[in-house]
Amino acid sequence: MRGAKSAKWVAGAIAVGLAATACGGSSDSGSGGGEVDPNGIFKMQGGEPQNPLVPTSTMETNGAYIAMTVFDQLTGYDSKGKLTMENAESVESKDNKTWTVKLKPDYTFHDGTPVTSDSYVDAWNWAANPKNNQTQASWFSDIKGFADVHPEKGDPKADKLAGLKVVDDTTFTIELNNPMPAFAYKLGYYAFSPQPKSFYKDPKAAGQKPVGNGAYKFVSWEHNKQIEIKKYAKYQGPNQAKNGGVIFKNYTKLEAAYEDLQSGNVDSMTQLAPRDLAKYKDDLGDRAIDQPYSATQTIVPAFYGKQFKDVDPKVLQGLSMAIDRDTITKTVLQGTRVPATGFVPSTVFGYQKNAAGDVTKYNPKKAKQLIKAGGGVPQNKISIQYNADGGHKEWVDAVCNSIRQAVKVECTGAAKTTFQADTKARDAKEVKSMYRSGWVQDYPLNMNFMQDLYGTGRAGNQSDFSSKKVDDMMAKADSAKDLDASVKAYQQVEKELVKEMPAIPLWDQKVNSGYSENVQNVEFDQHGDPVFHQVEVLKK
Amino acid sequence: MGRYVVRRLLQMIPVFVGTTLLIFLMAYTLPGDPVRAMFGDRGADPATLAHIRHDLGLDQPLIKQYWDYLTGMVLHGDFGTQIQSGRPVTDVLSDAFPVSMRLALIAFGIELVLGLALGIVSGLKAGKLRDNVVLLLTLLLISVPVFVLGFLFKWLFANQLGWVTPNVQDSMSVSELFLPATVLAALSLAYVARLTRTSIAENLRADYMRTAVAKGLPRRRVVGVHLMRNSLIPVVTFLGYDIGSLMAGAVVTEGMFNVKGVGYYLFDAIQRQEGTTVVGLVTVMVLIYLAASLIVDLLYAVLDPRIRYA
Amino acid sequence: MPDTLTKDAPAPAVEAATPAPDKARSLWGHAWRDLRRNPYFIVSALLIVLLLVITAWPGLFTGASPRRADLANHYLGEPNWGHFFQTDWFGYDKQGRSIYARLIYGTRASVLVGISVTALVVFFGGLVGLVAGYFGGWVDAVLSRVIDIFLGIPFLLGAMVVMQAFTDRKWWMVSLALAFLGWTQIARVMRGSVITVKQADYVQAAKALGASTPRIMLRHILPNALAPVIVVATIALGTYITAEATLSYLGLGLSDPAVSWGLDISQGADNLRNAPHTLMAPAVMLSICVLAFIMLGEAVRNALDPKLR
Repeated sequence: MRGAKSAKWVAGAIAVGLAATACGGSSDSGSGGGEVDPNGIFKMQGGEPQNPLVPTSTMETNGAYIAMTVFDQLTGYDSKGKLTMENAESVESKDNKTWTVKLKPDYTFHDGTPVTSDSYVDAWNWAANPKNNQTQASWFSDIKGFADVHPEKGDPKADKLAGLKVVDDTTFTIELNNPMPAFAYKLGYYAFSPQPKSFYKDPKAAGQKPVGNGAYKFVSWEHNKQIEIKKYAKYQGPNQAKNGGVIFKNYTKLEAAYEDLQSGNVDSMTQLAPRDLAKYKDDLGDRAIDQPYSATQTIVPAFYGKQFKDVDPKVLQGLSMAIDRDTITKTVLQGTRVPATGFVPSTVFGYQKNAAGDVTKYNPKKAKQLIKAGGGVPQNKISIQYNADGGHKEWVDAVCNSIRQAVKVECTGAAKTTFQADTKARDAKEVKSMYRSGWVQDYPLNMNFMQDLYGTGRAGNQSDFSSKKVDDMMAKADSAKDLDASVKAYQQVEKELVKEMPAIPLWDQKVNSGYSENVQNVEFDQHGDPVFHQVEVLKK
Repeated sequence: MGRYVVRRLLQMIPVFVGTTLLIFLMAYTLPGDPVRAMFGDRGADPATLAHIRHDLGLDQPLIKQYWDYLTGMVLHGDFGTQIQSGRPVTDVLSDAFPVSMRLALIAFGIELVLGLALGIVSGLKAGKLRDNVVLLLTLLLISVPVFVLGFLFKWLFANQLGWVTPNVQDSMSVSELFLPATVLAALSLAYVARLTRTSIAENLRADYMRTAVAKGLPRRRVVGVHLMRNSLIPVVTFLGYDIGSLMAGAVVTEGMFNVKGVGYYLFDAIQRQEGTTVVGLVTVMVLIYLAASLIVDLLYAVLDPRIRYA
Repeated sequence: MPDTLTKDAPAPAVEAATPAPDKARSLWGHAWRDLRRNPYFIVSALLIVLLLVITAWPGLFTGASPRRADLANHYLGEPNWGHFFQTDWFGYDKQGRSIYARLIYGTRASVLVGISVTALVVFFGGLVGLVAGYFGGWVDAVLSRVIDIFLGIPFLLGAMVVMQAFTDRKWWMVSLALAFLGWTQIARVMRGSVITVKQADYVQAAKALGASTPRIMLRHILPNALAPVIVVATIALGTYITAEATLSYLGLGLSDPAVSWGLDISQGADNLRNAPHTLMAPAVMLSICVLAFIMLGEAVRNALDPKLR
């Protein structure tokens, strides 16, 4: 699955934001400060959600924040990438194909009704049905019977996923099409949220005022102004809120949010505007946040096109070595990225140091040799397609300048005005040379950054990269006896990818943010999202 | 007069239909698919995609879509639905227009006061030093692009002097709107000044002025009543059209200062290819423009006794 | 300015200036004599000649390449004011490129767009105005409504929507988009001017003598109706340059690898606080360029319109 929340990259006009954040959790400096007010409400910089607030139809950051806080999922994971249980008591499988879910008995929705097996099964059946126009419907495609409920064309042949079976009020089983060792991780994504009975009476109204099962209860949505959520008193799960609630204040400019953060009118924000990056550490001192999270950026050759159809990987390795990642991340990107040393970001389970060796090190001389040895870049000219509304222009220009000057290959940025136009060209396989690609983790395992991106015919493999060797290695890794073995096998796949170069890794994302003097214990998770329930509000 | 108004109103119908059709066609031939964009970076799933398109009527022929849109708007005041959020476009209109109206009125006030003052000052002394200074100033205002002026003001008043915040936080606050309004007014201000100056300089030499002076009327009355009444006719015309365009086109200014008015929402909608929103906003703007031009022509008749509409 | 580009530059007095034919030659003669003594004209003409030379031979003014980037040494490099015409004269931008070289090479886009849009607009707008004004009746009614339709769409917004359709955007695409939405201004001025000239005695005389319609239009009406069009067009040229810069600033104008002041301004805007020179240099250059054309238009207007003297 491609970037769970990747629509974040679009996030409308403020775009600069590339939004997001991450989990490391190294950030809190929450020691000092005064007394904590357990009912204190804090203000978070937000924006107007683009879609109704139904977990299966909202993807961009602002909607995602509401889905994440108002709903609890079956599972979750901690900052080390270890699986934890949320609404589920246990999620187990013997063959990685049929999973048994047992729910905690004491969970309730915010309208007081209990969360039962039906709450999940009905919600998933509803979301999978194309008649309900849920954009995240394909998350259920691993479940048996999805093709009947959600055929490529025409009306659904069934309205229930055959793979879902309710055993009793707190137990249900999920049968998948194929074995999938990481499925329990997938269930941590908010598209797998439950819905109360009242939802189906008027889904449209629920999109404006969702009723969930999470630590926070939805209060109000004043369009283009703010969204308010407050602590749900009867919450029984592990994410008990340490604050009284959150107000998501709408900002269209990150600069404006930062000004407010300094003056204490807003307490934290997702990502700083480029303008403020130069000074925020001086401004905020130990309230500044600077940590990597699990998202990568690459440039991908269109292997279906004439130019790179039969390219020698040496040429791509050469181009990779022509990019001065250290200087670009330090200057143009102002320290908002960590230079990549492989295909997997440092924050996920299975990361290996320096996986790519020399290939991601700037070395113009060797770069020239490699390109020459590989037969040169066809046409001696490349372009990098990107969307102009995502704040990518500056680094694309810098990468091109670096390549042009290091190896004398002409390089230009090919801007598509919007993310829409960019994805359209990518979907239609119209990219002529290369395109920029970003990937935010779905779950914190190294396979998530390889499987769907570089396996032949996979959903995220838009460049038509295909290597029998890589496919075979992945298939073997997928059928490993347990998760650890699978992760190990994927580390070998990563080494192989460096030889075949399905993409040129550039850098991993960082959260650059901060918080006001009113709060403490502000942390960001591996997705780059703030951990809302842990924030503590100080008494005034 | 009545018949003239009716004729003008009838003439507006084809213009209204033509303009909305034109903008409709432009908005709907944009590359990229707003429905596809709802799926973000992940591949879109074709079944859901087709179903959403069907529900929104986007699978209909373009001309049918336009007809539905037009009839919905005229008959029910329904401007359609936003594609991504599913909210009615009228919500956006009612958010955006009050803000832009406020901004435009402040800008209009600045333009009126300063523009007229500068124009009168230089017109009464045509050819003198004062006149030349004003001329140079207005030329500069006309030449410096809005976004350059905006950055200049931001840098000066926000970053160097710290008098204001660089971005507007509350789009309805008059005091915060003052800086963007000044930037917005600058160009028109220059035009008003030039126009007033030319008109006054011309009328100063007119026969009726000589007559008035010869009659022994006090200078104050001559200038204040006779001269002004006649000189301001072209200025009023310009101002009338201008209030419409001030409201309409503040894309750059609003974007730069984070004012959430028409220009801001339009730019956002163009970028996100929300066709219905683009068409809705522009349609209301066209209506304002048409109304403004009608009022200007009628004002003309009131001010200038030589013009009588049959 | 582009915010309100739709509005016509006020040119009300110009129509009245349309001369009778026998006076035509002397009008242009007078105008030329008048111009030569006008300091505004001299300054703007010199500036424009300079801009044209830069457009044609940018290499004469700088040896540096506008695309040469050196991040390691010149990231946001400060200007070096003493170094006249040197690479580091105005400092370096965020990509470590010489701002001076980019100013020089950016001239071409602005001047080309300005001139080509003006040419297109004068030709097509002028044609529509001529036809509408000359034939009157239903032809005029239809064409006037078409003009109204285009006038209803704000210039810049329309151009933004049109430009959204292109991805690999070249200067001539920008020109076409601007011309597509900008021709109405000239059409209206031309129409008004033609209506005035049409009633002149010599036109009636030519008609009575049996001259053909095209001949009357081209030989008798056009030359005499042109003065106000020239004035408006010269001033408009400046506004088209602004419009190109605005579109580029919004990310809807020229695209890489083109060099454009608008692009550089939008890039500089991010660094307004820590490196204002990256914004100010192209902004000042753009303003000077626009000013030159507007001043020229002013001077020409003064020369052609005796009433304004």
